[in-house]
Amino acid sequence: MNDVAVIGFASSDVSVTTSGVETLVPVFEAALAQAGLERRDVDFWCSGSSDYLAGRAFSFVNAVDAIGAVPPIAESHVEMDAAWALYEAYIKILAGEASTALVYGFGKGTAGELARVLALQLDPYTVAPLWPDAISVGALQARLGIDAGLFSERDMAAVAAARDDASSVETLLDRPYVAMPLREHDVARVADGASAVVLAAADRVGGRRAAWISGIGHRVDPQGFGERDLTAVPSATAAAADAGGLDGVQVTALHAPFTHQELLLRRALGLPDEVRNVAFGSNPMFSAGLSRIGAAAEEVMSGRASAAAAHATAGPLLQQNLVCVLRSES
Amino acid sequence: MDTLSAPLTIAFDYTRSLGPVLGRFMAGLRDGRVLGGRTSDGRVHVPPLEYDPDTHEPVTELVEVSPAGTVLSWTWTDRPLEGQPLDRPFGWALIRLDGADTPLLHAVDAGTPDAMSTGMRVRIRWAAAPVGHIRDIECFEPQDPEAGAGVCGGGDGSAGAVVEIMTTPVRLHYRHSTSVEESGYLRGLAEGRIVGRRCPACRKVYVPPRVCPACGVATDEEVEVADRGTVTTFCVVNVPFAGQRLTPPYVVAQVLLDGADIPIPHLILGVPAADVRMGLRVAAVWRDRADWSTTPENIDHFEPSGEADAPYETFAEHL
Amino acid sequence: MRRAAVLGTGQTHHRTRRTDVSMAGLCREAIDRALADAGVGWEQIDAVVLGKAPDLFEGVMMPELFLASALGAAGKPLLRVHTAGSVGGATANVATSLVRAGAHRRVLAVAFEKQSESNAMWALSIQPPFSAPITAGAGGYFAPHIRSYIKKTGAPGHVGALVAVKDRRNGALNPYAHLRQPEITLESVQASTMLWDPVRYDETCPSSDGACAVIIGDQQAAEASERQVAWIRATSMRTEPTFYAGKDHVNPRAGATAAAALWAAAGIKDPLDEVDVAELYVPFSWFEPMWLENVGFVGQGQGWKLVESGETALGGALPINPSGGVLCSNPIGASGLLRFAEAAMQVMGRAGEHQVAGASTALGHAYGGGSQFFSMWVVGRNP
Repeated sequence: MNDVAVIGFASSDVSVTTSGVETLVPVFEAALAQAGLERRDVDFWCSGSSDYLAGRAFSFVNAVDAIGAVPPIAESHVEMDAAWALYEAYIKILAGEASTALVYGFGKGTAGELARVLALQLDPYTVAPLWPDAISVGALQARLGIDAGLFSERDMAAVAAARDDASSVETLLDRPYVAMPLREHDVARVADGASAVVLAAADRVGGRRAAWISGIGHRVDPQGFGERDLTAVPSATAAAADAGGLDGVQVTALHAPFTHQELLLRRALGLPDEVRNVAFGSNPMFSAGLSRIGAAAEEVMSGRASAAAAHATAGPLLQQNLVCVLRSES
Repeated sequence: MDTLSAPLTIAFDYTRSLGPVLGRFMAGLRDGRVLGGRTSDGRVHVPPLEYDPDTHEPVTELVEVSPAGTVLSWTWTDRPLEGQPLDRPFGWALIRLDGADTPLLHAVDAGTPDAMSTGMRVRIRWAAAPVGHIRDIECFEPQDPEAGAGVCGGGDGSAGAVVEIMTTPVRLHYRHSTSVEESGYLRGLAEGRIVGRRCPACRKVYVPPRVCPACGVATDEEVEVADRGTVTTFCVVNVPFAGQRLTPPYVVAQVLLDGADIPIPHLILGVPAADVRMGLRVAAVWRDRADWSTTPENIDHFEPSGEADAPYETFAEHL
Repeated sequence: MRRAAVLGTGQTHHRTRRTDVSMAGLCREAIDRALADAGVGWEQIDAVVLGKAPDLFEGVMMPELFLASALGAAGKPLLRVHTAGSVGGATANVATSLVRAGAHRRVLAVAFEKQSESNAMWALSIQPPFSAPITAGAGGYFAPHIRSYIKKTGAPGHVGALVAVKDRRNGALNPYAHLRQPEITLESVQASTMLWDPVRYDETCPSSDGACAVIIGDQQAAEASERQVAWIRATSMRTEPTFYAGKDHVNPRAGATAAAALWAAAGIKDPLDEVDVAELYVPFSWFEPMWLENVGFVGQGQGWKLVESGETALGGALPINPSGGVLCSNPIGASGLLRFAEAAMQVMGRAGEHQVAGASTALGHAYGGGSQFFSMWVVGRNP
């Protein structure tokens, strides 16, 4: 089996156009420069995005223009966060079908009313026709956690305060609710963005800085509100086990669109308090999860950590989860 | 330079076929009854599952549950969004109906958040004109605690005619943003000019200007191209279809403007469809100058320029 | 490289409107048949890959999420692939990679489209602001390129109709096909309405609801199977931009390079001689001769001659689309997987009345977007 490593990462927190093409060009250049590769050295390209962010069918097709795919390239796309595109690329390398890959995600989350758009992820017969917005749905989960005694609004505010040094828990708790029991600081700001991660098999890593992928797991839970305990995240727990467990992990990069979800994830992943989390500031839909992998890889490549775990989530209420463990040694 | 942007709304009334389980569930709502689906472990799911999560077999047993139930979790919406069940502040709640083992999500018309609490009792308010749709439940309303437990019909779930299709409107609003290059092109059109850009790598001129799709680099040099060119290939559209903006028949051609390296699609008028041919030389017909704005619609169509046809070799590489 | 094989396939009855089922019901009709065909139980499925074309067709954002439980994916890994019209093929290829990487023993690949939930033409005709109002519809995009093919090769005008007659008659042999027209003739096709000149009504694919499922297993799973499997000898995918200066829309480079890589990986030197049957993605009849050339069965300008000779009909040297192909059934997201599944059915000897006698090597082919996304596989009776 091939060992696979992250050797490059770049991201942008803007997306000028709905298509994202103009944003992706410099992101590709930066990620490839860090990896020390040329565009033509990439064996496999894989992306993640959603047509519903742009409101157009086939919105990912335009993004191919940013690659310069003449002559043609080996390429694929998932209608998911690009963290899952990274998983597909990782599999291609493990299968021996590629030695290098560039994975990218993009989206202009602010182009539409995202909280309303996300209602279309819910059951189209019995739930979506009511247009429950994603923030209200998240609030129902937060209250379940509070009522179960798992955490308090103060604990949630503490997560937000840790993300933003300028805020104290007390001042945050004085602010009004946006959807009880959620306040503005409990909801990750919707953002535009794009990111790219470069992967390589061991024989292509050479002397480059590398964060070795020791394991990736991903699972999905049933969606129905009554079909699982909404305060547990069994798919995250199972994904971490599939990734080989989190032993030795010193830092995490969790993808938690709500503060209470970061608390639920820490419980589901069994993270001790001393494990540091790279703060999740805003939520650039469909590149956020990939960027978490990039952030965890940077912790390892920079030498700040010898082992880091990245997490990505998709769907309502942490329905689908991916865990990627990165280490300094292969 | 500021880039241009504009609103985009997409709207469609989706027609959802329901199948046997959801079709009976919606028929029940139409008839004022809530049906749950019983799975192999004996649990009653509302809304019903179509397939048993343990055995994967189709769920076939539907049972009636109560229209009253208990709030398991809730939140409050001060500013209802388009399409939501109520147009005044309301609560969202996960509600477990009496007789069911799982909660459903719906709105509670409680007036103020102070009237909401976990464990509160609520009851369905039925829509005035039910049609077999989840919105036959208009919303839930707080139930007087003195009213006691809801009446559970306890029937066998048989109902009137199964609902085959439910219609669900989806209407979403976006703001579409253009690039610097495209904005320049659009502003050129507002002045009656067609402005492309040249790729610094392959030197090809793209109209409209964009990132060079062959090289993956931004195009930098502005190049004005002619408003006349050559029909490379075309089709005659004889068929009406959803989303169409013109009345058939009409000719849509690929027009390679002089000075550009990629054709644009456009209408060919002023000539019988049967006389349109590959190599035909055409010129843009602009709308009245007073109507120009930052839109490609400033060019109404193309029509024959009267020049001799372009030799095949001059456009063969653009097919 | 590890081996992988198709253990079983399943598909729905494809119709304009399958109003008798929900989206879950449509998928399960195909999945249940695939599991039965493979002799595999739910507990043996390790992961699910779902393919589908644009979410706007059904108006559900990432429908695999709400479908997770019905697909048997709850608690398991679930991937959602979307590579435009080629997605069905890409779905099978991703599932194959999962097995070849050693990640899973058995993977369920399923693809569906429920076009009757909306109107594909509406979804595809949404024009963003600042774009020219030049909508021509799906056929309007491809018809000019067909005209270019005719011009470049000098193909006689009836070749497209010949393909339509062949495929619709083939479809009559396929119990799952949407259009089954045993009585169709060259004259009736040529008399049908000209929709997007030069494309006639009878030379155009229908709009279908449908699903397809394939179970892919590793070598151990294949050897444990009591039935003939279809060994996946090679897979290939290539992409190029929709438009670029100098793009060849008739003979797209992405298709040609995907095929060249496929033949090389499969060790096939003379595709016309070594391949027994092919399921090509032909939504408009003229794409059969175009793809015959593009994938390298014949040289440039020779595709229409192979069609005219009758060699692409059942009983010919290289039967193309014995299932009736996309011209008979077009549940968009599933159409590519149907091509891949039908290729597998042929080498497994389970294609029923449209079986090509003795088929041991078959091509499954799909494309999408503006002739820019290509996915292919070669399956064989032997590894």
